[in-house]
Amino acid sequence: MSAATSTRPADATVGAVDTHCPYCALQCGMTLSRAGRASVRVRPRDPSAGGLCQKGWAAAALLGSPARLTTPLVRDGGALRPASWDEAAGLVARRIKEITADRGPDAVAVFGGGGLTNEKAYLLGKFARVALGTSQVDYNGRFCMSSAAAAAHRAFGLDRGLPFPLTDLEGADAVLLAGANPAETMPPFLSHLRRAMDAGGLIVVDPRRTPTAERAALHLAPVPGTDLALALGIFHAAVADGRLDHGFVGDRTTGFDEAWRVAAAWWPERVERVTGVAAADQRRAAAILAEAASAYVLTARGTEQHSTGVDTVGAWINLALALGLPGRRGSGWGCLTGQGNGQGGREHGQKADQLPGYRRIDDPAARAHVAGVWGVEPSALPGPGRSAFELLDALGTPDGPSALLVFASNPVVSAPHSARVAERLAALDLLVVADIVLSETARAADVVLPITQWAEEDGTLTNLEGRVLLRRRALAPPPGVRTDLEVLHDLAVRLGQPPERFPADPETVFTELRAASEGGPADYSGVTWDRLRAGERLHWPVPAGPEFRRPGHQGTPRLFLDRFAHPDGRARFAAVDHKGPAEPPDEEFPLYAITGRVLQHYQSGAQTRRVEELRAAVPEAYVEVHPDTAQRAGLRDGAAAAVVGRRGRVLATVRCVPSMRPDVVFLPFHFPGAQRANLVTNPALDPVSRMPEFKVCAVRLSPAGEREAQ
Amino acid sequence: MRTRVVIAGYGMAGARLAEEIRRRDPAGERVAIVAIGDEPHPPYNRVLLSNVLAGAMSAESVRLQEEGWAVAHGVEVRRGREVVSIDRDGRRVSLDDGTLVGYDVLVLATGARAWVPPVEGLIGDDGELAPGVATFRTLDDCAAIAAGARGGVRVAVLGGGLLGLEAARGLAARGNAVTVVHPRAHLMERQLDHGAGQVLAQVLRGLGVRVLLNSRAARYLPGDGLKLDDGRLVEADLVVVAAGVRPQTAQAWVAGLDVEGGVLVDDDLRTSDPFIHAIGDCARHPGTVPGLVQPAWEQAAALAALLTGTRSPYRGTKVVTRLKASGVDLAALGDVHAAPDDPCAEVLWLSEPSRGRYAKLVVRDERVAGAIALGVPDAAAAITQFYDRGLPVPPDRLALLLGRAMPYGEGAASDGGNPAGLPGTSVVCRCNAVSKDTLVAAWRSGARDLTALASATRATTGCGTCTDQVCGIARWLAQSEKAQAAGTAHAPS
Repeated sequence: MSAATSTRPADATVGAVDTHCPYCALQCGMTLSRAGRASVRVRPRDPSAGGLCQKGWAAAALLGSPARLTTPLVRDGGALRPASWDEAAGLVARRIKEITADRGPDAVAVFGGGGLTNEKAYLLGKFARVALGTSQVDYNGRFCMSSAAAAAHRAFGLDRGLPFPLTDLEGADAVLLAGANPAETMPPFLSHLRRAMDAGGLIVVDPRRTPTAERAALHLAPVPGTDLALALGIFHAAVADGRLDHGFVGDRTTGFDEAWRVAAAWWPERVERVTGVAAADQRRAAAILAEAASAYVLTARGTEQHSTGVDTVGAWINLALALGLPGRRGSGWGCLTGQGNGQGGREHGQKADQLPGYRRIDDPAARAHVAGVWGVEPSALPGPGRSAFELLDALGTPDGPSALLVFASNPVVSAPHSARVAERLAALDLLVVADIVLSETARAADVVLPITQWAEEDGTLTNLEGRVLLRRRALAPPPGVRTDLEVLHDLAVRLGQPPERFPADPETVFTELRAASEGGPADYSGVTWDRLRAGERLHWPVPAGPEFRRPGHQGTPRLFLDRFAHPDGRARFAAVDHKGPAEPPDEEFPLYAITGRVLQHYQSGAQTRRVEELRAAVPEAYVEVHPDTAQRAGLRDGAAAAVVGRRGRVLATVRCVPSMRPDVVFLPFHFPGAQRANLVTNPALDPVSRMPEFKVCAVRLSPAGEREAQ
Repeated sequence: MRTRVVIAGYGMAGARLAEEIRRRDPAGERVAIVAIGDEPHPPYNRVLLSNVLAGAMSAESVRLQEEGWAVAHGVEVRRGREVVSIDRDGRRVSLDDGTLVGYDVLVLATGARAWVPPVEGLIGDDGELAPGVATFRTLDDCAAIAAGARGGVRVAVLGGGLLGLEAARGLAARGNAVTVVHPRAHLMERQLDHGAGQVLAQVLRGLGVRVLLNSRAARYLPGDGLKLDDGRLVEADLVVVAAGVRPQTAQAWVAGLDVEGGVLVDDDLRTSDPFIHAIGDCARHPGTVPGLVQPAWEQAAALAALLTGTRSPYRGTKVVTRLKASGVDLAALGDVHAAPDDPCAEVLWLSEPSRGRYAKLVVRDERVAGAIALGVPDAAAAITQFYDRGLPVPPDRLALLLGRAMPYGEGAASDGGNPAGLPGTSVVCRCNAVSKDTLVAAWRSGARDLTALASATRATTGCGTCTDQVCGIARWLAQSEKAQAAGTAHAPS
């Protein structure tokens, strides 16, 4: 009963195949094997390094699901009907040519995803810039990692989620998790925190008493949107209580004085008043981190998905720097990546402002290098385009794109202010969606292209610690299904590109990616598939040796041990101040709504809602609320509630949870239609990262049946 | 035409006003600023002086602004100068060096000065503090105290209010023998009721601070200490005077502004002269209690908005008093004096002197009207939130009073102790949503050890942190079976 199975046969030629889970950035190792004559069995590959959560165990169920798309669909008289690949791809190419001829290349936009392999992310970015010539390309990772990435760049000169191997955490006596709930979002990760948990050193910052917070020695539950003030308070406490690492700050950092000048005004008692976190607990957090022999500060979406996300992460990094944690073996700051290839996905050119190798698109040297690899003129490469929400928000407007190609994303569910996004998609002249199932976004498409799943393809992903992993094909895709690379190849050729410029073979694409990334911050030039097949554990940067074909560099498990990546080799404190949420509660909308994930579902739920075991466990949206707050709204546990905000209302079943703050409601964001949490979320953007404020908005709670007052 | 704003006083209120104006008018297009500060230092954070006194922070680290901030932001600062008179008709002020400074708008941010009680000997014939006597208000005071308190000398602190206790605690932490001399029956009588004051005294005694209540100093004897009016002598080499402050309103009063325990201001922080405003400790607004920084900073923000063209009236500040003294966690807010039999209020209180705890909650109309939280930091944090936002308090008042002490029935699922009492539906392995019932069923079907249970149910195959608990359940089932075979126990159900 333990193995989830698929009813389709594995490749006849393949026995057991070592690959990785299709879901989160932990990318747990799993072995796929034939079970009986016609099914696939999932087993954890290395239980000692963490096993699998329920999602991973059940991952194979979707391979043979009846929900699977196996033929292209074309909208015809209002409905989607099956079509041949030739018809569908021909239609897409023809419409793109027409629209481009009419309105210019920027009239066609591309929206990618953090679930794409490195090869796909790379080729998608190249397709946009070269085959389409558009600047309008971004991806859902903007909603995921962008604030942490920008803050890490600012502080260290380089962004890699964990700048140290994941297993280093096993030696930690103290770990502060800011806005992270790995007990649900990446459960096997907790196996690395056992020592810290046993030592009473786990500190969790979360407005909600999550399963992760339950395991913490110290749970700090700030008012939503006040994490920055809390980080300043702990920083202040560390300095005031004599815990500043003067040697480290003097030798390896700059900007302490300016940052302290701000934090000096946030003494713990003042912070307590803003955050609701006891001053004593702020001091205790500082003490736990400072007194540990090995301590880490880790951030995740809860603290990053704010209109002040970059500054908030900067404040947590300030704390880590004050205590002398980063750039040393056995301690540090890191960010827990969300999506499976959230790390690699942001390095290889599907981001509006970046080119492969984590290069800036506005850097002339970077443009020249990448253009050289691509065989085009640097001047032919477009400049930076719109960020994810701005791109979606502009669709179908007079200045915005009128065609959109979506790969590996479901923005109708996952983007903020999702009613607005759905409305913008409807205003397009052409919407093309490549997916494995008919997602909510695919339902709105003019053309739907069925693509392969993780177990049916080869490719690389880069996990949360910057390590490049090989995904291996275990079984043949169903007839009629193509890989994203094949789709891009076909479309590029139809758009007049030479076929060899858009290879469909992933290892060939990777070889080109190596060259394109060479010399960039995320340098993969020394990584080869052969090295990965041989089991090497390669953390980027892995520069190639003088002879490109014979790489010998062993990779960089730990960054910054000698110097940080800024020209002066020093890390930078950020003089950041607390501002608070863009939409604070008021009399009309007196509660804070926060959003997050549950263990059984992944992102927009397009996949996991179609796995019976997972769907049965958590079949629909719910709203967690304190019993007193529910009672005041006239609601009981199990009642149907409407969570109403300025942009919309979400329907959800009430779950009374006594540990909730009375001023907060929690909504999981995996559900479609009227249950979309993102109907209420606020698209206020961070000025630097363009991250929307998913994690806090103002709402009120009422019985679902009640007519809303105007 | 730029408005010329002259700020008299460049401490926490005045410096904040300059910053708030520049935040709204960064290039100085609308407002020109001249600030006049009487202290020789750049502005510093007075709230942190107790840290300086305790030796935890340097004078440099409590500065409010970067070196060069004023120049970079086009703020003209006259340091070490004081406004001595206001010419309201001519709209100009004269400084102690004789210069005249014209204004369109004058802002009084002159703050308050330490008050020295009329105890014989504290003030010398020259009108200055006698040798061995210091007030506790400024950075210079801190330096004087620190210099006088070297080498563990004996210190008497005159006054058991907020500032006196912070000074006493800071000095005790430096190794001084400290005695607090307080004329009233309990400490911090403005902010605390009698019971809380008593427990606080006990907490301080536990931290090595001697506390004398109902004690009035009659005379300062240099070298000996303080003679009390009942004849006792408090031996002290240094006397720190912390008997309260008086707002600096002399110039305002002379200039004919309405002054009543402070320069009276309205919701625009405007005095009785429309061209003169006042903020901070020298001002009196009907909606706030003076002496704390929070109102001063909120007033600075409101006034900066007004002066840059966006009116944002100041409606007062709810004051929460926090004692900043290490080892003492004390918050007091609102009406703390309500008696338990008050017919118009619900009053809950709890006193646990042996552990230094005292908690009191006063509820009126379902809202927090007052509270004291001593030694219950979580309660302090939570109650403050309800008070500040005027939120209705939870039906379970006791839980609010006690903070984290009230259990919510958690812990059972993570308790590897006795699995018998665990409900069957409770989830043991969260990663794979495996309940106790599922594990029991698997065990009954023959999965008798960890490996078999893991393979049958997937429990422990995620993060593995439930391993101990799964083993515990297996042991419990095995023992129950053995006992059942011996006919002495019921089978698990």
